[in-house]
Amino acid sequence: MKDMRYIDNMASLTLHTDLCIGCGLCTTVCPHGVFSQEGPRARIEDLNGCMECGACAVNCPVAAISVDPGVGCAAYIISGWIHGKDKASCGGGTGCC
Amino acid sequence: MDNDLMAFGVRAAKADDIPSCGDGRERPGYRVCGFVTSFLETPVGPVPVVSTDLGWRDYGGGFSARWNLGRSHYSIAPGLYAVGAPDAVAPVLVTANYKMSFDALREALIGCDAWLLVVDTTGINVWCAAGKGVFSAAQVGALVVKTGLKALVSHRHVILPQLSASGVRARDVKKICGFTALFGPIRASDVPAFIQGGMRADTAMRRVTFTFKERLRLTPVELSLTGKPLLWALPVLFLLSGIGPGIFSLSQAVTRGGVACVALLTGVLSGAFITPVLLPLLPGRAFSVKGGLAGLVCGLGLCVFYGGRFDLRILAALLLWLVAVSSWLAMNFTGATPYTSPTGVEYEMKRAIPLQIGAVVLGMIIWLAAPFTG
Ligand code: SF4
Ligand code: SF4
Repeated sequence: MKDMRYIDNMASLTLHTDLCIGCGLCTTVCPHGVFSQEGPRARIEDLNGCMECGACAVNCPVAAISVDPGVGCAAYIISGWIHGKDKASCGGGTGCC
Repeated sequence: MDNDLMAFGVRAAKADDIPSCGDGRERPGYRVCGFVTSFLETPVGPVPVVSTDLGWRDYGGGFSARWNLGRSHYSIAPGLYAVGAPDAVAPVLVTANYKMSFDALREALIGCDAWLLVVDTTGINVWCAAGKGVFSAAQVGALVVKTGLKALVSHRHVILPQLSASGVRARDVKKICGFTALFGPIRASDVPAFIQGGMRADTAMRRVTFTFKERLRLTPVELSLTGKPLLWALPVLFLLSGIGPGIFSLSQAVTRGGVACVALLTGVLSGAFITPVLLPLLPGRAFSVKGGLAGLVCGLGLCVFYGGRFDLRILAALLLWLVAVSSWLAMNFTGATPYTSPTGVEYEMKRAIPLQIGAVVLGMIIWLAAPFTG
């Protein structure tokens, strides 16, 4: 989404290019076009577009991608502060999760 | 399959009050959902065929789900459904059992023949269910096995919504049930083009959007979420507004409390409606900044409106509250957007929350002190 951008230099995404086998799955699943692929390996094209959803890391067959995945949701983060990160929940309505 | 039909019937009876139809769709002991037009006899038993038209009941249900009325989880029975007249080579589309996800898919499939595999995501939409891990490879694989898909279709692939990828590891689906999981487009409306294009999505189909219409649709939930806090905040405001040199003055509570409520509601409107709708037009990246600025503009308008009737201190307190409320609610809207990273949200929260609390407290001090120093 080029017209809507969130705060820059936040994403915890890293790509270990040496491990990449160029399957292209990360380019397919990323909803923000963070990766591009020219030649045999994936490349991070737009790091600041990453919303840390984790789809790329979950699907990479060789674990070449690492990201600290989560939900970018204030209610969720507050719950994480109170109850600890692994017990966080958002408990909102249907629009939120 | 029998178990599925049973679940289907029981859930349907709960979700829909349509009396029996008397047109051949009836089955003893079951009640049919309004969107089921007939049953298809297949090697794995009867499969409900669903309509691609949404009726008033679907729109009505969607409306109340958006406004957070009644049931918080708006779900349909998981399992196998059909659209059109699918055969052994028809595509299999997987979706969540959130009724609005299901409705969006069947509406998009007008004129198509396909099987629909509805996963039990506890009535949560695709994106949120994947994030929470309830839309997973294990769920998809188990459902493929349970519905006997192998006996139904001759090919060996299922199409998943792209946004389920954060919860579904495609290669695990293959491991569990032998079917290759392909990630289809993000939006249901692109599914026919994806199928016609030989299971290929172009770049636009793979990019999430957050259009004016999509944002507008989310505002009712945002507004309805403020209902409960407002229910206690408004009476408290009236009480605080009445405190003065004469301990408590009712007339003071009414005039000051009245204007405080107007300011609070304006802040809610600014943060939960104006900010989401105008999102890309508002300056700043952080949502708290966007919401704060929207609140500032609304607040200054309010100050001009009430300028003649209240003194500067009152107006300053109102402005502080309004900006804080608007900024806070706007920040909470991050949960509904498809582009905010959790690291970024935490970063902005750590900076914005102290300021928001500071503004509220400062406003409160001014508000309480004004009658004594007037
Ligand atoms: S975490 Fe999500 S948004 Fe970020 S690069 Fe991976 S798929 Fe794209
Ligand atoms: S999914 Fe992994 S292996 Fe495949 S292209 Fe991306 S980084 Fe490389």
